[in-house]
Amino acid sequence: MILKESSYGAGLDMHEPLIFEQGNTGRIGVDLPDTKLDTIRLGKCKIRNTIGLPDLSEPQVIRHYTRISRNNYSIDTGFYPLGSCSMKHNPRLNEKIARLPGLKDIHPFQPISSVQGALELIYNLQEWLKELTGMPFVSICPAAGAHGELCGLLSIKASLNNKGLERSIVLIPESAHGTNPASASFCGYTTDKIEEDSFGRINLVSLENKLDENVAAVMVTNPNTCGVFEKDILEISKRVHEAGAYLYCDGANFNALVGKIKPADLGIDAMHINLHKTFSTPHGGGGPGAGPTVLSEELAQYAPIPHVIFTKNKYDIIENINSSRNSLGRMRAFHCQMGTFIRALTFCLSHGKDGLKKVSEISVLNANYVKSRISKSIKPSYKLNCMHECLFDDSFLRGSGITTLDFAKALIDEGFHPPTMYFPLVVKGAMLIEPTESENKETLDLFCNSFIRLVDQIKSGNKDIFLNAPQYSPWKRLDEAKAARNLNLRWNKTT
Amino acid sequence: MRYLPHNDEAISRMLSEIGVSEVDELFSDVPSKALKNVKFNLPNHMSELEVERYMKNLTKNNLVASEIPFFIGGGAYQHHIPSAVDHIIQRGEFLTSYTPYQAEISQGTLQSLYEFQTQVSMITGMEIANASMYDGSTASAEAVLMAGRITKKNKIVITEAVHPQWIETIKTFINPIGMKLLKIKKKEPGKFEDNFGEICGNIDKDTACVVIQIPDFFGSVGSYTDISKKCNEYGALLIVCVTEVLSLGLLNPPGKFGADIVVCEGQSLGVGLSFGGPYVGLFSTHKKYVRYMPGRIVGQTSDKNGKRGWVLTLNTREQHIRREKATSNICTNAGLCALAFSIHLSLLGETGFKKLAVVNHERANFLYDALLLVKNISLLNDSFFNEFVISLPSSSKDFVEHACRKGIMAGLPVERLFFSLPNSKNMLLIAATELNTDNDIKKLVKLFKDYF
Repeated sequence: MILKESSYGAGLDMHEPLIFEQGNTGRIGVDLPDTKLDTIRLGKCKIRNTIGLPDLSEPQVIRHYTRISRNNYSIDTGFYPLGSCSMKHNPRLNEKIARLPGLKDIHPFQPISSVQGALELIYNLQEWLKELTGMPFVSICPAAGAHGELCGLLSIKASLNNKGLERSIVLIPESAHGTNPASASFCGYTTDKIEEDSFGRINLVSLENKLDENVAAVMVTNPNTCGVFEKDILEISKRVHEAGAYLYCDGANFNALVGKIKPADLGIDAMHINLHKTFSTPHGGGGPGAGPTVLSEELAQYAPIPHVIFTKNKYDIIENINSSRNSLGRMRAFHCQMGTFIRALTFCLSHGKDGLKKVSEISVLNANYVKSRISKSIKPSYKLNCMHECLFDDSFLRGSGITTLDFAKALIDEGFHPPTMYFPLVVKGAMLIEPTESENKETLDLFCNSFIRLVDQIKSGNKDIFLNAPQYSPWKRLDEAKAARNLNLRWNKTT
Repeated sequence: MRYLPHNDEAISRMLSEIGVSEVDELFSDVPSKALKNVKFNLPNHMSELEVERYMKNLTKNNLVASEIPFFIGGGAYQHHIPSAVDHIIQRGEFLTSYTPYQAEISQGTLQSLYEFQTQVSMITGMEIANASMYDGSTASAEAVLMAGRITKKNKIVITEAVHPQWIETIKTFINPIGMKLLKIKKKEPGKFEDNFGEICGNIDKDTACVVIQIPDFFGSVGSYTDISKKCNEYGALLIVCVTEVLSLGLLNPPGKFGADIVVCEGQSLGVGLSFGGPYVGLFSTHKKYVRYMPGRIVGQTSDKNGKRGWVLTLNTREQHIRREKATSNICTNAGLCALAFSIHLSLLGETGFKKLAVVNHERANFLYDALLLVKNISLLNDSFFNEFVISLPSSSKDFVEHACRKGIMAGLPVERLFFSLPNSKNMLLIAATELNTDNDIKKLVKLFKDYF
């Protein structure tokens, strides 16, 4: 036990040692039978020695994790306007449904006849996603957004191969998520940038100049990460298709459009949907997510396996690569992110088409309200109305000696999770604010008041509250350079 | 609608602040063609009660694993999950936060991931681990890509005894970048070292990595030091896959056998079956390869006052910094499943982890011994942990469906995943865990006796 000294003065401030520092031997948090092995059938494999794991009782474990949980900011505890992440409320009904034994406690390799309900659920979700996007096919395989990008790009690659076309370039605007170019590289493509116009949108001239017979696909995010709708999207789609390339849409920002328009009407060929964003499956400190990917009629034949079909009055799953001839293959084992599907479908049913339309409308209303209020104090990066998120940059900080990072940390002292910082890369010192549809006016006002108050502090030359921030968080500014310099990635008995 | 925040007054005040008269004006950049006349053939919103009724009704058409004698494994295993796990992962602080970009207010997630990395390193017997991948299969594919980056070679030697869906996943990931997969046939399923000679014979100076699995897809276990020696000789990396992570409580870990990268499916601890996902991929390797590793990594540091704390580190490997040159495109991972895994392993501790592994081996032994007495079926394994393959006189699929009608999940017909193996039609893969009682096993054995 590491707590050698009294922690007098700590109060409710949680100083919790590592679980390895609280361990001992000869305890257990799970009761198990005392089993003696009469026979050991491990072949030439030896039985292992000491692992080094600590022994603890259940109350210790509960207390450990409860204590460290209190060091996390979360949607449940406050406003979390992290741009491009759609940190909206996570309904608890979704958790309850996902834990029904008939959904949680089934194995992917049970006979098909014994999982008809589970397949029906996936099928229904497929139908919802198709209807909401207007696209004819959805692949449920991808485990997250980036995995969905891979699914879309590999389908495009398969289609080009099938046509005997060797195209090696994917065009991506500078404002795109980092996953876009990373996914393109994963598929063996080289990437090239499309420049933006003065409103943060794709520059049509730049696009036109780079579109040639070497371009396989153009990846757009719409609305883009500047919070602006690509209003020339139909023209972009037309030119991309005329050049024989495909239009991939990053659906991370689908929250601005869900229930309002069908992305199919924007002329796209493929788009992933982050269920953990638009459809509110919990972000869980980094995951899991799911990235079902909708595909055009032409690309559908190349979709990965598995997918769920309804035929002869029963549900079935296509999981054999040999029965799906043009399929690009398998992107992961089993039938994908069922737990996420359950929560997403619950979200869809709870909202209905009327509620989903309000989701996009309110998220856009909220972002514009925040933008309008803050714009009275500092200039937004782009003047236009925004969609579901709004972008500011560090031009108001110039000459103050304060960085976007300092400003963000000061927002922590005001009680808020900072917006996404330094992204997108098209403006300097970006701050991307996405309030989502979950937040009421009172919360937005509190946030805007704090933001504006901090800007006033900058204007009056008060540096300390920024350089010393955060002061009211359980940890003060953490040294990231030290972490990278003296790599310590695990606990060791000697550390 | 219960999740939406505004009353009419708030909306009109907000609209007037923005300077528009209605919300639709904010969508003025959207092509009118797309905005007008859009119709969704979908129902309107439902109350909690209505949704619950609808979903419960769906579940009636599923046979629940925990309510019947259950023997299916094949890469996903039914284990008992202590109640504390589900309680903790539902705390809003864990459930409703995201990637810990703001370290000062994310120490809960960061500390738990640092502990997770330590646990994964310990059980696999490796130096370091990352903060999780989507699942075991995608982790194996990432491992192969990493081996390609390290060795700058492109030949992969893989045994057919690796989970077939993992092999298919690897294929999908390597196809576009020109790595080549050499699959070594399995002649005798259930014999661990069966094709090791041929594997060793195919390792050469062009080999980036060799991929094996333990326990292998057919459940057998053993030693693979010969392969690791040969890998060393040619500078190829040895990637070891583990689909049943609980086996690491009993078997000498891959780190002791000379593995360079170990990838595991972590589902057995804390996560549950959930019809195949979300699961959690474990990824561990040597410290010298850390800069080649995919995924998030948490490192220890201190704050301004010298207090120990944790941050995401080595971000320059990752897509949000490095973009097209990143080691992986992964962003969202398996955070909450990694937490569930960690909590379960913390509850078990050294004592419990080993004990649970022993119970599993004992249960499988009990089942194996009982099946030895059944005429007409043959047991193919020379070794196993908690799963093995048997050969039936006729189609294993027919038998499984017969058993299903009788309320028993008898196992996994090998032909559901293996399309090319001779005689796979009659092979059945059976797993036993701590959840299988003597009575369950007796019921299954009786079913075999009655059927054949």
